[in-house]
Amino acid sequence: MFEILEKTMLNPTIAKIVIKAPRIAKAALPGQFLIIRDDEQGERIPLTISDSDPVKGTVTVVIQLIGASSHKMVEQFEAGDSYANVVGPLGNPSDFVHMSPEELKEHRYVFIAGGLGTAPVYPQAKWLYEHGVAVDVIIGARMKELLIYTEELASVCDNLYLCTDDGSVGFKGVGTAKLEALAAEGKKYTRCVAIGPMIMMKFASLTCQKLNIPIMVSMNSLMVDGTGMCGACRVSVGGQTKFSCVDGPEFDGALIDWDEAMRRSRQYQPEEAASMERYGK
Amino acid sequence: MANKIPRVPVREQDPKVRARNFEEVSYGYNKEEAMLEASRCLNCKKPLCVTGCPVNIQIPDFITRVAEGDFDAAAAVIAKDNSLPAVCGRVCPQETQCEGKCVLGIKGEPVAIGKLERFVADYQYSKKEGATMPEIAAPNGHKVAVIGSGPAGLACASDLAKWGYKVHVFEALHKAGGVLVYGIPEFRLPKDKVLQKEIDEVTKLGVTIETDVIIGRTTDIDTLIDKEGYEAVFVGTGAGLPRFMNIPGENLNGVFSANEFLTRNNLMKAFDPEYMTPIRAGKKACIVGGGNVAMDAARTALRLGADSTIVYRRSEEELPARKEEVHHAKEEGIHFELLTNPVEILGDENGCVKGMKCIRMKLGEPDESGRCRPVEIPGSEFVIDCDTVIMSIGTSPNPLIATTTRGLESNKRGCIVADEHGATTREEIFAGGDAVTGAATVILAMGAGRKAAKAIDEYIKSK
Repeated sequence: MFEILEKTMLNPTIAKIVIKAPRIAKAALPGQFLIIRDDEQGERIPLTISDSDPVKGTVTVVIQLIGASSHKMVEQFEAGDSYANVVGPLGNPSDFVHMSPEELKEHRYVFIAGGLGTAPVYPQAKWLYEHGVAVDVIIGARMKELLIYTEELASVCDNLYLCTDDGSVGFKGVGTAKLEALAAEGKKYTRCVAIGPMIMMKFASLTCQKLNIPIMVSMNSLMVDGTGMCGACRVSVGGQTKFSCVDGPEFDGALIDWDEAMRRSRQYQPEEAASMERYGK
Repeated sequence: MANKIPRVPVREQDPKVRARNFEEVSYGYNKEEAMLEASRCLNCKKPLCVTGCPVNIQIPDFITRVAEGDFDAAAAVIAKDNSLPAVCGRVCPQETQCEGKCVLGIKGEPVAIGKLERFVADYQYSKKEGATMPEIAAPNGHKVAVIGSGPAGLACASDLAKWGYKVHVFEALHKAGGVLVYGIPEFRLPKDKVLQKEIDEVTKLGVTIETDVIIGRTTDIDTLIDKEGYEAVFVGTGAGLPRFMNIPGENLNGVFSANEFLTRNNLMKAFDPEYMTPIRAGKKACIVGGGNVAMDAARTALRLGADSTIVYRRSEEELPARKEEVHHAKEEGIHFELLTNPVEILGDENGCVKGMKCIRMKLGEPDESGRCRPVEIPGSEFVIDCDTVIMSIGTSPNPLIATTTRGLESNKRGCIVADEHGATTREEIFAGGDAVTGAATVILAMGAGRKAAKAIDEYIKSK
């Protein structure tokens, strides 16, 4: 059993959850994910790690209320309750954790974060910032009220740019448009990392290809075990089939077959809709 | 001398009924049936059946006790060599092992050794006071880690615990059992009624099983040895990675690995509406492959409401699945497209499977496996309409352990290099089961686990 130490709603549909999981907290590196199964009947849900504290033995994830399982995980569990299973860290860490200090110094990173994907940008930006790498972060949301992790991210980057579709705060438009604007102003980036909805990561990849910036994206594919066993998370990268869980979750965004990836993410849509109905939503 | 009693048939669920439920197919013997069947054993002086058993259960000895009605004594005989008798009695390929060597099989039907083993185990678990405990040596103060709680790991852990070792098993999934829990369906191996009880017996020996720990991610073998005080490690991580055919259309929606399909159904219990994990068998499912896993997937798809067809590139003779499984599948109404191989999976405008283009095959010269090589018949392509394709063409070991452990060698196929005693290229690390051999059977993995336990015992004592 894994105790929930803290549950906070960051906006009406996104919850931040801090869990006691000492082994995972000790091992977690930026870019990795974990899997939670809330109770005996629960699904195994993959979630990218948003923070970890090896001293306190805690890991943080954010969960968006989308399907029956995510609603149940958030609505039926409070601080003090426990999830049946939390396993990880899964997947490979972001490639920069293996870079030499000399190589790191060469880089200027820009992150494009969208929606739920904003939270897992935090451990990456933090790691780079603490290693003296120049980091800018662009966060996008539909409106001001939906932005999350702005304070946390502001503390671990050189420049934080907020974007809203309705212009209620910051730049009016999507994150990729902001990146284009920054590039037009003469900002130079050597690497981009985009984390968010697949459609956002697709367009971020197209924009980066246009701007000639190498881009990594974090694939939030469907999966069951997360250890390479099921193959549900198959993604075509440069014409080759990869498993997000063991080969990823981060891949070169320019090489991903996005239309296939988006279609595969809808694989169980009818079953999920039926499940929502049973859950009473 | 000639044995006049015919092999006692085992009662089974009606095929029409069981094709719609997940209850166990075979009911097993009752006391009278077991004693009658046991009386058929000739109690050979040189029992060939024992040599056919990968863990060398003293078969005539336990069968004699069954014939006498002393079922506890029979259980004690089995327990000396096998920690999972209820599992093995159900899933072992007895026809090619113990029963395949039975002298009675030459002119008639061999003794139903598997069914008798199952009876003895089930009888133990049905007793109010619980199963009789085997002898356990006093704690010897040595700590051993076992990676993976499948058949190899459980067999290794059981033996070591009986000899006084403190054994800690690390399991990546949330339930212990490995392939027994994620791979083999409820209708062949009931999970709560049978498997869990058998795993409980292992923990009663003093074995600790910690789930949700992925060795190579959560922690690693070097940390276990250097910092957590384990003197030896047994790697029994199985062969968990699914293979695909690399044909066009394999990433369409509706194409699943058998691992995914079966894990959703067995481990995640997707067949039960109380459980949240989704599964889809569709209206018409094609299962590619001819092994036990393919039969399990086909029969699971059938039970979930799909019309279910096995597509296999060789003929019935070469089906790697157990005869009993093929027989059960046919009884239940599974179709077989034999000497047929998929060449492309066809999708509709939404990227969902709508059919599978196949080609007819004929058998050519035997290949290195000794089986006839299937050869395509030019121009024989045809399309099978289906909305689900389940790839069941084998699995390979997960490279995670090999890539995260200093000095542990694996071969080109990703299998950990180990000798017949389980010794690897690292003196304190042992390995066995599918992680070493590639996908094989439950009982071979258990045999490898037991051999490694012996080697670990010798290694630690010699230090």
